[in-house]
Amino acid sequence: MNARTTSGAASDRLLEVEGLRKYFPIRRGLLQKTVGYVKAVDDVTFFLNRGETLSLVGESGCGKTTTARCILRAIKPTAGRVVLRDGDEVLDVATITKDRLRSLRRQMQMIFQDPFSSLNPRMTLLDIVGEPLLVHGVGNAQERTDRVVELLRLVGLRPEYMRRYPHAFSGGQRQRIGIARALALNPRLIVADEPVSALDVSVQAQILNLLLELQEQLGLTLLFVAHDLSVVKHISERVAVMYVGRIVETAPTEALFSSPRHPYTEALLSSVPKPDPRLRSERIVLAGEVADPANTPPGCHFHPRCKYAQAICKEKAPMQEEVAPNHFVSCHRARELTLRGVARAPS
Amino acid sequence: MPDAKKPLLSVRNLKTSFFQDEGTTKAVDGASFDVFPGKTLGIVGESGCGKSVTAQSILRIVDRPGRIVEGEIVLTRADGSQIDLVKLKANGREIRSIRGGDIGLIFQEPMTSFSPVHTVGTQIMEAVLLHSTVGKKEARLRGIEALRSVGIPKPERRIDEYSFELSGGLRQRAMIAVALASNPRLLIADEPTTALDVTTQAQILDLLRKLQQERGMAIMLITHNLGVVAEMADDVVVMYLGRVVEEGKVDDIFHDPKHPYTKALLQSIPSIDSTPRVKLATISGSIPHPFNRPPGCPFHPRCESFMPGRCDAEAPPLKAVGEGRTVSCFLYE
Repeated sequence: MNARTTSGAASDRLLEVEGLRKYFPIRRGLLQKTVGYVKAVDDVTFFLNRGETLSLVGESGCGKTTTARCILRAIKPTAGRVVLRDGDEVLDVATITKDRLRSLRRQMQMIFQDPFSSLNPRMTLLDIVGEPLLVHGVGNAQERTDRVVELLRLVGLRPEYMRRYPHAFSGGQRQRIGIARALALNPRLIVADEPVSALDVSVQAQILNLLLELQEQLGLTLLFVAHDLSVVKHISERVAVMYVGRIVETAPTEALFSSPRHPYTEALLSSVPKPDPRLRSERIVLAGEVADPANTPPGCHFHPRCKYAQAICKEKAPMQEEVAPNHFVSCHRARELTLRGVARAPS
Repeated sequence: MPDAKKPLLSVRNLKTSFFQDEGTTKAVDGASFDVFPGKTLGIVGESGCGKSVTAQSILRIVDRPGRIVEGEIVLTRADGSQIDLVKLKANGREIRSIRGGDIGLIFQEPMTSFSPVHTVGTQIMEAVLLHSTVGKKEARLRGIEALRSVGIPKPERRIDEYSFELSGGLRQRAMIAVALASNPRLLIADEPTTALDVTTQAQILDLLRKLQQERGMAIMLITHNLGVVAEMADDVVVMYLGRVVEEGKVDDIFHDPKHPYTKALLQSIPSIDSTPRVKLATISGSIPHPFNRPPGCPFHPRCESFMPGRCDAEAPPLKAVGEGRTVSCFLYE
C-alpha cells in the first residue's frame, strides 16, 4: 500500500463529503402535495485524497450516481457539505452561489457512460473537445486548436481526425473523445460514471489502461462510479460500497476484496461470477430484494436480507467506525464477524 | 431420458445474412455446434459476433431482411424423430409447435419482452394453452405452479399483476416461468442476466441451474460475460464476427485456449481475483463494422500471430484438435 492512500492528513484531501443527503419529493394529487421522499442519498460521508482513485460501487438504485451528481453540483443536495480544496481555498460545493459555479466547473469534469449519446453528432471532434475551452474563454482560436491536438494525442487519437464527426468512430474511440473533453481544462477532479460499462470487453481494457496511464502522467484525482466489481478492483486504490443511499464500507481495494467487514460487501463479492470454471464456489445468494429508497426499513437498511442480523440491527442505524487503518464500516457486528473475501489476503 | 451422447440440437454450417441496400451483412457465417440433453452450452462473443442471430435462426425468428442462406439445424424431438428446422416454413404449424414448445426462449430485456397491457398470468396461460390441450382453469393452475417453481412469492396474487408491477429480478423470473410453462427440452437464454444487478444475477443463475437439474433440460446460454460462462457452461463456443473460432469443454477453453482471439479475450478481462492497478493486456483496434469485414480470417487485423499471405487470403476451417475440441486457425494445421 503506498503512502498516499493511507495518509489521512487533511492537506492531502481534495474532496470531503460530509453527511450528504439528497431527497426527491414524491408528489401526488391535484395540489401536488408532497406525500413522501425518495431518499436517494441518505447521510453519505467520505473523502478523496489528491491523485487517488476512489470507486463508488453498488447496485442500481443505491444512490451512487446521485452522489456523483451532487458532488458536481449538477443537482443541489438536500443537506450536507461537499468541500473541495483548491490550494488554500476551501469551497463548499453544496452551498456555493450560482455566479461562482462556473469557476467551480473548471475544477471538476465528468466522463459519461454512453459514448454514443454523450457526444453531439453535429459537432466535429475539434468542436467537442474544444468546447470547454471556448465556454471558459481559454486562449484564442489557434491556441484552442493546438490544445485539442495535444489532448487528442494524449488519449491516443490521431489529431488529423479532428475535423471528423463522432459517427466515424467506434465506441472505444468515442469514449477517448469524451475523456479528452473532460481533460481539456486540466480539472482537479474527474468523475467517471460507468465509463466502460457500455463497451465491449476487448475495448474495456484499452480504456481502463488509458485511465491508469493518464492518472500517472497528469496526477488526476478520479472518482469512479461503477457496478462492475472486477473493473472497480482493477482501477481503484480505495473502494466505497453503497447500499440504499448509504455507504456501508470504505476500504483500500486489497483489504476490501480480501477481507470485507460488512455482510453486504461479502455477499456482493461472492455473487460476482469468476472467469474460471475451477473456481465455481458456493455463492452467497441474497434472499429478497433491494430495499425501496422511498420506504426504507428502520435501523440498518440491509438487515432484512442479512443473515447475521440481530435485534439491534432492526432498531438502530449503525454508525460508521474505523475498524482497521483506513477501513470504515457501518455495521453493528463489524468487530465480531469473520467474513469471506475473494482474493488472497495482502502479504 | 434420451441418450446423453446424442445431441439434442445439431447446428451445421449455419449461414444467416442480412440483405440491405448498403450491402450484405453475413451475421452468421458458417457456425457449427451441438447441444446435448441436460447440458449447458455457452456461446460467448462480443457485440456483432452473431450469437443472438444464431439463436434467432434456430427459432426461425430472424427479422427481415435477414434470412438463413445455408446450413442445417437438426432437432431431435421427444419421440426420437429428427427434424431440420431450416427446411420448415418460418410461420408454419410445425415450427410454431417447436418454438415455445420444444424450445423455450428467454430474452435479455424482461421489460420489453412482456406485453404491458396483459397480465403476467394471461401471458403464461397463452403459452400453456398453445402447447397443450388443457382448459383455462387448468392452465391458470399450471401458470401459478410455474411462477411458484421460479421462486416468485405469492404466485396466486402475482399472476394477476402486470409486468411493470414487478421488479427487474421478479420480471426475469416471470420470463423464465413463461418459457418453462410448456416444459421445453431446450432453453435458449439470450443474455438472461445482462440487465440485472450482480446479486440478482446470482439468484437467476442459481435458479436456472436448479431448474436444469430438476427437469434435465438443455440450456443454450448466450452471453458476453466470461464469468457467467465459466460458472454455468459445460461446453463453450467462442464466436467472432459471425464465425465460430473455437469450441471445447469449459475447462479447456479457460485453461488451455487455442485460438489467439480466445487467448487475448481471456487476458484482457479484469478479474475480481487479480492484482489491482496492473495494466491489462489489450486486443489492439476494435471490432470492424460488419460491412467492412476483413477478408480471410476475420480476426487477422487484430491478431498477434497474423501470418501475412495466409490469414488474409483464406478463412481457416474449423478443425478438430483433440477430444471434443475444434478451432479455426491456421496455427493448428
